[in-house]
Amino acid sequence: MAPSLSKLLRTAATTAKPPSWNGLRAACTRSISSESYSDKTTITVETNLPFTTHQCEPPSRIVETTPAELMKFYADMFTMRRMEIAADSLYKSKLIRGFCHLYDGQEAVCTGMEAALTRKDCIITAYRDHCLFYGRGGTLLEVFAELMGRKDGCSHGKGGSMHFYKKENGFYGGHGIVGAQVPLGCGLAFAQKYSKAEAVTFALYGDGAANQGQLFEALNMSALWNLPAVLVCENNHYGMGTAEWRAAKSPAYYKRGDYAPGLKVDGMDVFAVKQAAKFAKEHALKNGPIILEMDTYRYHGHSMSDPGSTYRTRDEISGVRQERDPIERVRKLVLAHNIATPAELKDIEKEAKKEVDDAIALAKECSLPDSSELFSHVYVKGFGTEAFGADRKELKGLLP
Amino acid sequence: MASSAMAQGVGGITALMPSFSSSNRLQLGFSKHLPEWKRSSIAIRLDASFSQSSNSRKRASKLVTSAVVVKDETATSPATSKTGHELLLFEALREGLDEEMERDPRVCVVGEDVGHYGGSYKVTKGMAEKYGDLRVLDTPIAENSFTGMGVGAAMTGLRPVIEGMNMGFLLLAFNQISNNCGMLHYTSGGQFTIPVVIRGPGGVGRQLGAEHSQRLESYFQSVPGLQMVACSTPYNAKGLMKAAIRSENPVILFEHVLLYNLKEKIPDEEYVCCLEEAEMVRPGADVTILTYSRMRYHVMQAAKTLVNKGYDPEIIDIRSLKPFDLHTIGNSIKKTHRVLIVEECMRTGGIGASLRAAIIENFWDYLDAPIMCLSSQDVPTPYAGTLEDWTVVQPPQIVSAVEQICQ
Repeated sequence: MAPSLSKLLRTAATTAKPPSWNGLRAACTRSISSESYSDKTTITVETNLPFTTHQCEPPSRIVETTPAELMKFYADMFTMRRMEIAADSLYKSKLIRGFCHLYDGQEAVCTGMEAALTRKDCIITAYRDHCLFYGRGGTLLEVFAELMGRKDGCSHGKGGSMHFYKKENGFYGGHGIVGAQVPLGCGLAFAQKYSKAEAVTFALYGDGAANQGQLFEALNMSALWNLPAVLVCENNHYGMGTAEWRAAKSPAYYKRGDYAPGLKVDGMDVFAVKQAAKFAKEHALKNGPIILEMDTYRYHGHSMSDPGSTYRTRDEISGVRQERDPIERVRKLVLAHNIATPAELKDIEKEAKKEVDDAIALAKECSLPDSSELFSHVYVKGFGTEAFGADRKELKGLLP
Repeated sequence: MASSAMAQGVGGITALMPSFSSSNRLQLGFSKHLPEWKRSSIAIRLDASFSQSSNSRKRASKLVTSAVVVKDETATSPATSKTGHELLLFEALREGLDEEMERDPRVCVVGEDVGHYGGSYKVTKGMAEKYGDLRVLDTPIAENSFTGMGVGAAMTGLRPVIEGMNMGFLLLAFNQISNNCGMLHYTSGGQFTIPVVIRGPGGVGRQLGAEHSQRLESYFQSVPGLQMVACSTPYNAKGLMKAAIRSENPVILFEHVLLYNLKEKIPDEEYVCCLEEAEMVRPGADVTILTYSRMRYHVMQAAKTLVNKGYDPEIIDIRSLKPFDLHTIGNSIKKTHRVLIVEECMRTGGIGASLRAAIIENFWDYLDAPIMCLSSQDVPTPYAGTLEDWTVVQPPQIVSAVEQICQ
């Protein structure tokens, strides 16, 4: 069992040596064990809404799950929610600067997708990437350290909120320019086909990015060459401050693939997302690209600079929170099936809050990157990239 | 499209090893067999005469139009003519690409009409038949997204060679090249390398019009994380192509529309050029002339006149546009103390402008005269032949510039 985070913090405070990286990572991974919940008994759940299709047959509305999976969904989504709220207050206290795009409200999309995919599959998204990074195995410490620009962040403090990556777990970021990640995603799918990997790429984009030309260019090429690409539109109905009906002539994003089949999914229902992702993966491996439109919602504004209330009413936001909140939905299921008591759920919530708070405390202690890091990773050192001064003897700058 | 009218051959230019270079490790045993560089004789056939300009004039009154460089029949061929094989520049590019694709199965080509059509400049002719449609991929006309796809594939470890049919079309992919290609290694903290090669012909051709005569070196030069090289002879075209493919960094290889039919004898043995090294074309003593790509030939032409007039110019083809090979350039400046830059980029913000700044910063104390920079005019390239000739630097201008510097 990994040492608890608080123990590590105490050790770090008393010894001069910094806590070991592996110890930190282990402590920051989910210690909420769902091992005590059965993964043998099956529970059948019906998705909240039927799937709407374009050029394909819908998957079944009946989804099978286990108590262990349900509790994992709950714990993961709650942690993600806490993580984003904590990032909100860190931003307000000016520890996080620049742009910070929060994902709270949309947790079901990333959790459901993870349940249907393996780490061999690739996920690529735009700048609302904190929870996707976490879902792909990133630790809370890496998240907060990167947000605060510290050396122990996932990109060593050089990327920031919009540039989270985890190559070994198949998470390809983290991109700031709207829509530019979709051709990259199709490139990942191309590489998967090229190396016969039998895996798929999920390229996520928003309703705002859905109007980018490069998306259709990439879709065209993926369909021409039968690439295993799944294009997922996280439709939270607002492209920054512009509602979808003001930006798109046809807001039926799942239909816009024309020749590519599409599926519209209730993105606040984690089981619908899981079912759709499974369906899409099977389709893409055989028949090429498919579009998934996740009907979801973000409670925060577009970013921390946007209050989120000038273009939509507070009633709308609280209405969605009351009726469609993804965590509430899982909570109701857990209680209805008597998998856990409210007290146990409370414990899980407390544990998640503590994990987040501990990770923030640890991240605050982390150091800022060294000044020599300014020049590292601009080029890859190796074949012919040593940079000398004019005499080839004097080093003008340190390029590790 | 681009005609091959310009050069029939610049024969007998043997491979040049700058004696100051220390990166011979990249030339696989080849340097030992190389004889001393021999100046080849180049006959220049002029279609129009040019008047003698007095020293006080800054430009020749009449330009040489359609100057053609041909191989002199009476030239003695260098000693290495027994080994090696002769080919045209686009064939040299193809040979380099072919060798690398055979060597490494991760190398693939992505671009418009590269597969079945064989490439609009025949660089990839025959390769789709050899390697298949997936490795030599015909894309639709969608530069932004196929460049993005190439970058995405490179993130997983593939090594795509992305071809822009004309460099100017890659402006549509500027976001992908600048933000994703150049910056992903940095913003991911080193997790991803992007070993792509972006290549294509650019430069002013034969009346191709403004939009097809662009020089993108100046636009990409300030993108951090990119390396840029420009090839000018079959020898360095093949060598730079191979080096670019093997490099872990994203490299932009600038070719020129008018240089594809240059003929040269290149070695049979495998060789790779160094990406960051400049090429000493003609050692000299009076003035350092820095140039690259097609302007190298205008400079060589002007050199003939200059030599007749008694000057001894040192000509360096800088080849590496980012980063500059300040080592070779610096040693030359320390010898000659005068610099002339001849480039095809625009006057404003071009490669010459950056090079001038770099030289002033590093070698100010060695200069005896202000650095002169001859660049193309800041105009869209006109269609009319005479106007087009006026936009780029012509040999008489180079001659009078050298005369001015060496006063």
